[in-house]
Amino acid sequence: MKIAVCVKQVPDSWAEKKMVGGVLDRENVDAVLNDLDEYAVEEALRIAEAHGGNEEGGPHTVTVISMGPERATEAVRKALSMGANDAILVSDAALAGSDALATSAVLAKVISDGGYDIVICGTESTDARMSVVPAMLSARLGWAQLTFASKVVVDPAGKVSITRVTEAGVDEMSAAFPVVISVVEKINEPRYPSFKGIMAAKKKTIEQKDLAAVGVAAQSAWSQVKDATPRPPREAGLKVTDEGSGGEALVTFLAEKKLI
Amino acid sequence: MSTVLILADFSGDHATKTTAELATAAARIGSVSAVVLAPAGKGAALAATVNLGPISNVIVIESNDFASHGVAAVADALAGVVKDKAPAALLIASHAFGKEVAARVAILTESGIITDAVDVSADATATQLVFGGSTTVHSQVSQGTPIITVRPNSIDADLSAASPAIENATAAISDVAKKATIASSQPPVKGGRPELTEANIVVSGGRGTDGNFGAVEAFADLLGAAVGASRAATDAGWYPHSHQVGQTGKTVSPQLYVACGISGAIQHRAGMQTSKTIVVVNKDPEAPLFDIADFGVIGDLFNVLPQATAAVAAKKG
Repeated sequence: MKIAVCVKQVPDSWAEKKMVGGVLDRENVDAVLNDLDEYAVEEALRIAEAHGGNEEGGPHTVTVISMGPERATEAVRKALSMGANDAILVSDAALAGSDALATSAVLAKVISDGGYDIVICGTESTDARMSVVPAMLSARLGWAQLTFASKVVVDPAGKVSITRVTEAGVDEMSAAFPVVISVVEKINEPRYPSFKGIMAAKKKTIEQKDLAAVGVAAQSAWSQVKDATPRPPREAGLKVTDEGSGGEALVTFLAEKKLI
Repeated sequence: MSTVLILADFSGDHATKTTAELATAAARIGSVSAVVLAPAGKGAALAATVNLGPISNVIVIESNDFASHGVAAVADALAGVVKDKAPAALLIASHAFGKEVAARVAILTESGIITDAVDVSADATATQLVFGGSTTVHSQVSQGTPIITVRPNSIDADLSAASPAIENATAAISDVAKKATIASSQPPVKGGRPELTEANIVVSGGRGTDGNFGAVEAFADLLGAAVGASRAATDAGWYPHSHQVGQTGKTVSPQLYVACGISGAIQHRAGMQTSKTIVVVNKDPEAPLFDIADFGVIGDLFNVLPQATAAVAAKKG
């Protein structure tokens, strides 16, 4: 099987974020591999390992695909150190400020040229939080959409079954290769890169491509930010120490606010 | 007057309050047509529940493909209606299903998309609260039909009765949309509690519960609240991940958010700081969440919550 995992480098989800000129300031924050993509990398590795592995010369490969500035090699390298075989990073100045539509167009072209059987994504990035790229990839590629998976079972002969979990309930779904999968957080426990994995990742290939090499034209964003304003910070209100009547004080506050 | 489409949102056999919220927002832009996508033979019954808010017209499409093929089939049908009606905008509920439908319709109709709007104005400008509610952003779609997903519970719904005209239509579902098949579907396990993102009150527990959510649940149940949890609590396996509030979990914006034993890292604040009123119970007086609390109790949640529960019960008689 040829498995691809789409990953994104995002500002550290524990850091404060700011807008500059209508787009997220990515320069002045620590950048990391999107938390939720680690589950996708892990699931890809597990699928490969369950059916003979992706070691060199093994029957399967796991390729990391990303779009972002050249700096995104750090996030890609982390996915490689977990055990993915190789990576493709699309970097082009014309892609700065891309929306999900443009991003999905670039990723779909790379995926379609790679001849993969399975593409795995996280459910969303912790910066934009749109949750739309996996569905867009499926629509653009014309591949089956198996998203929000809490369980993935792959028959290497060419079939994937998943358990889809959303607020709408639980669905058992299946489709034939090729498929686009997104996995929810906690589908697995992502491995920490081992020292050996980190050393090995340094030697793995990250193929960097610009838009011309990918073969898609730059597309401007189809939605525009008109303005972005920091909201005034919330002010701390009344704070009491519980000396035996803290619960009652809380309820008195709620009653005054007509919340109960 | 131009037409604005909304995708009617259902829970079981009934339109949700979210449907009325979408209609209320859409009515600012134009005349509202609600699209009802129903299993064969169920269209009239479902359409009859879409009788709230400023809805002038209901477009009913029946097909069993919606249940068998999910998001992709729904998106195909909806894209067909968009191409047919050329609406001024398409509004969809901003949950996992709605956002995925919107994503596919955007591709199929070559349109721009904005997700998680908390408000929509007459010129289809969407208001979003980004970065965990720390920044307000106004955006507009500049290509095709503006496709906007609206976060449940964000808009004061016009709940007046409506008797919209019913129009039956058909959809062409592509072979591509039928590639994934749903073998079985289970509705969410409700457990008597409201859905986290739609609840008016959320009571959440964190590390301070030490794995015991009993006091948190008891208080939540008395208030008719949903139960949330911090990432620390879900990572520890104390509460299901589906209840996680925060940057990598759900974003909630209830009338009242009660955080119990949650210190309040940015991770968590990102998911709840747009709540109207925030109450914090924590025995650590230095917990950062106190900084954004309207009311804070420094104390052990296992003392404070049972007392509060009893006090609410006494008030209710």
